[in-house]
Amino acid sequence: MPELELEAFTCERDDSPLFEPLDLAIEPGEIVQVAGPNGAGKTTLLRALCGLFTNWKGRFSWRGNVLRRPNFDMLDQMLYLGHHPGVKRSLTARENLQWYFGVQGRVTPDKVENILAHVGLAGYADIQCQNMSAGQMRRVALARLYATYASLWVLDEPFTAIDVKGVEHLENLIENHAAKGGTVLLTTHQALSIPSFRTVHLVPFVQGQL
Amino acid sequence: MSEMNLAQSSLSLALWINLKREVIVAVRHKGELANPLMFFLMVVVFIPLGISPEPKVLAPLAPGLIWVIALLATLLSLDGLFRSDYEDGSLEQMLMSPQPLAIFVVTKILAHWLMTGVPLTLIAPALGLMLYLPAEGYGAMLLSLFIGTGSLSMIGAIGAALTVSLRKGGLVLSLIVMPLYVPVLIFGASAVTSAVGGDKIGLEIAILLAMFLTAMLLAPFAAAGALKIGTDA
Repeated sequence: MPELELEAFTCERDDSPLFEPLDLAIEPGEIVQVAGPNGAGKTTLLRALCGLFTNWKGRFSWRGNVLRRPNFDMLDQMLYLGHHPGVKRSLTARENLQWYFGVQGRVTPDKVENILAHVGLAGYADIQCQNMSAGQMRRVALARLYATYASLWVLDEPFTAIDVKGVEHLENLIENHAAKGGTVLLTTHQALSIPSFRTVHLVPFVQGQL
Repeated sequence: MSEMNLAQSSLSLALWINLKREVIVAVRHKGELANPLMFFLMVVVFIPLGISPEPKVLAPLAPGLIWVIALLATLLSLDGLFRSDYEDGSLEQMLMSPQPLAIFVVTKILAHWLMTGVPLTLIAPALGLMLYLPAEGYGAMLLSLFIGTGSLSMIGAIGAALTVSLRKGGLVLSLIVMPLYVPVLIFGASAVTSAVGGDKIGLEIAILLAMFLTAMLLAPFAAAGALKIGTDA
């Protein structure tokens, strides 16, 4: 059974589709890159799958259940990292991470120091995020990936503001996650150096073409 | 860490963690925390200077003045209630939680009340003194403000949620919330006036409590619905 299945799926803005209707089945263990020019609707597509954008047409099912909005089970298995990842500037890295897992209704699965060490922030646990660089703040958000319970990752431009070594680490992590049967859906303008991934191209919808 | 914790997403954990965060964030933004209190204090200091320092003039006005200023001070603090969570993506993460958004709204309202309504109530007696509020009025003032500011926070949360995606939502927010604040103001102020006049205040307090409970039942869901619309773009 596919993890995610889309049939004739498109997002609409101002009563007009953003991209040509999409048919897509993603199996567990797959890494799918959503590609397309700026404004093609990559972010909107990801947000629609997360239930954060509701003006879409078509059919969408998760593990065989046709859904209009992600249900409890799906949300419980899902991790979304958007352009604004929900890292509060006035909180420390530790508080941000504990809050993230808490909001999911989960306990933080490992010692915060250990999780942060994965993203090169060892020793930064009790520093307020407003005293960090943009890249470090981004890393606080990415640290969630090293400890999450979720199997379906939806990552919107995860490599933004991350240095070369960090990107390499992150690619390894994504690969490992897929190898363990997890599913990753991501957008990026960088070339991925992951051996096996699928690219889905969003074709901007042109009025009057059909 | 037990197996139980891993097996299922826990509502009480989400509630508790979010409340804790709200309080920490509020305490770290001391300026925003002090803003409504300073406003309350300043207006009350200016009134005797602007109107008259005579107890005869001020005492009859005191119950209404204190309530009006407390209401405006609350209004002043509402605009940012959901704005920063909206802007930094925290709100999206709350929406992506398997737990309902309404429970996060509840914790935000509760934190707002603890950080605004309760301090306003606590400094009110000092301000009552400046306005020569008669001694019989203090109990009613504390009680009515304590209950009433809770309703103000809850009703205000609906307005703040509806205007979350507007960059400058202050004016619209006031227009939405003001009419809904009127009943709270009327019964709050009249409780204090009755107490000063030596009457029983059971009726006013009962109505304030009824408004508080109704708001408690409805406001979190209304605000959560409004937030969902606000982020749907």
